[in-house]
Amino acid sequence: MIDFRNVSVRYRRAPQLALSQVSFSATTGAVTAIVGPNGSGKSTLVRALLRRIPLETGSILMGGIPIDRVSRRALARQLAIVTQREESHYAQPVRDAVALGRYPHQGHWRAALAEDDAAVQQGIELAGIGDLADRSTAELSGGEWQRVRLARALAQGGSALVLDEPTTFLDVSHEMAAFELLATLARGGTAVLVVSHQLNLVARFADAIIVLNRGEVVASGSPDDVMQASVLESVYEWPLVIVRDPAVGAPALIPLRSRSWRGDVRG
Amino acid sequence: MRPALFWSAASLAIVLMLLLAVAFGTVPLTISEVGHALAGTGEPTNIAIVRTLRLPRAVLALLVGAALGMAGAALQGSLRNALAEPYLLGVSGGAAVGAVAAVAVGLTGAAFVPVAAFAGAAVAVALALVVSRAATGSAEPRALLMAGVIVGAFANAAIMVALAGARPNTVRGALWWMMGSVADASWTHVAWLAVYTAAGGGALIWFARDIDVLALGEEPAASLGLDVDRAARRIYLLSSLLAAATVAAAGLVGFVGLVVPHLVRAAGIHRHRALLAGSALSGAALVIGADLAARVLRPPTELPLGAITALIGVPFFLVQLTRRS
Repeated sequence: MIDFRNVSVRYRRAPQLALSQVSFSATTGAVTAIVGPNGSGKSTLVRALLRRIPLETGSILMGGIPIDRVSRRALARQLAIVTQREESHYAQPVRDAVALGRYPHQGHWRAALAEDDAAVQQGIELAGIGDLADRSTAELSGGEWQRVRLARALAQGGSALVLDEPTTFLDVSHEMAAFELLATLARGGTAVLVVSHQLNLVARFADAIIVLNRGEVVASGSPDDVMQASVLESVYEWPLVIVRDPAVGAPALIPLRSRSWRGDVRG
Repeated sequence: MRPALFWSAASLAIVLMLLLAVAFGTVPLTISEVGHALAGTGEPTNIAIVRTLRLPRAVLALLVGAALGMAGAALQGSLRNALAEPYLLGVSGGAAVGAVAAVAVGLTGAAFVPVAAFAGAAVAVALALVVSRAATGSAEPRALLMAGVIVGAFANAAIMVALAGARPNTVRGALWWMMGSVADASWTHVAWLAVYTAAGGGALIWFARDIDVLALGEEPAASLGLDVDRAARRIYLLSSLLAAATVAAAGLVGFVGLVVPHLVRAAGIHRHRALLAGSALSGAALVIGADLAARVLRPPTELPLGAITALIGVPFFLVQLTRRS
């Protein structure tokens, strides 16, 4: 379980807070989604979890313990984070790339034990990249590379998984498969926190949605609570309507053509 | 090439290069004469040639190559830039400023020049780190590379100024030193460089998994529990220590640190512990070979070692550039 308590973050020399008094919980056994427009603080939130920026106020707790009270490696054994961007600088076999997920367990010198190999194999199977395992990372497409990174995070083990825009490079089937996997992992007892632009996808899979705007939490709750035209229009500053997905009944957002239509929609 | 083949080939190349380096020269020796001289039997002249001239020189070349190979592999991995090497990062330039400054003011003793080279390298490294931190708030690779290149350019300018008013003899001495040479090798040089290479190289090999993780990028590395800034700084300082030690021992020998890690990666070796060891072996073989070429290509003139390694390195560098773009 990941808890943000009154977290504020300010970048060096920036007049405004990047995150302002943000509080929410990503609970065990659930998929929690963070949505919001560009520049709303989503990536800052992930950077704070990575301990790459200091908090001005508040604290982030993992399993009830502030994350800056434990060693970085101990935290990484509990919390795996798939960051938004990662280039593959030097080619290596996919299996070895996934095996780097065991770094927080192995440290500088310990050789891979049976449990490490098992975790790597499990990550590969869960992410569905068994057919890629013996290929070189240099040969992968953007979507394949993304799944390899997910496999590495799964091999890391731990009780919480954070993903920043995990489906950016994925086609429809792999996007759906990825979210299905996240839902399955959550049911298996993992706290899943996903940062995503894909509101409609999030509305179908997330148990809770937190909407960030200008560094503040402006709405949170179940998809039905949050997916309201009145809430999302003001956040995205764009006219839109909320309909029901005909197949599954989940709320879905449809943005309208242009600002000039706003009067018609409201009227 | 398969990794197993690479290890045997690299080890064999070192043994072969060492034998050739000891056998070839103004007085050519046969393999059996070399063997006798090493054992302390045979002709006294041969013993002197092998034990006090050629062997320390070849072993110094071996250490220079091993240290530069490892420094290059570590910098390329941790900075995620396949063109990184100490020569380009201002480390060698700073060391050269220190050494040339010492020579220019007349402190030419064997004890002074290496110390001055070290001090120069330390100043250059500190400057690059401070500038990149001030620019980005962390030791971000692009900023660090940029700062290093700028510091290196400044170092070159400083050397020109230092040499502008110097006597011709000083200039020739400094120039020879800037082109790299193991001609003045002694067992004392060898011992010092061996200590630094073992310490710096050993530490890099100990922290090799940090380089594996750093090579993924800052945020992915942080997600795996690595203290990214600290680890990157540590790798940078250890690589700089190795590079500075080689400059102190043999002057500027460029491009070894650039070329060698690429050869090892091309052999299918990608984990940094093996990559560092492989780069040490290949770098050693390359520099012993380059020094041999420097001695025997145009007798009785000795070609500068740094020029030979650059002649091999520059075409490789250009091919690498075109492949990347």
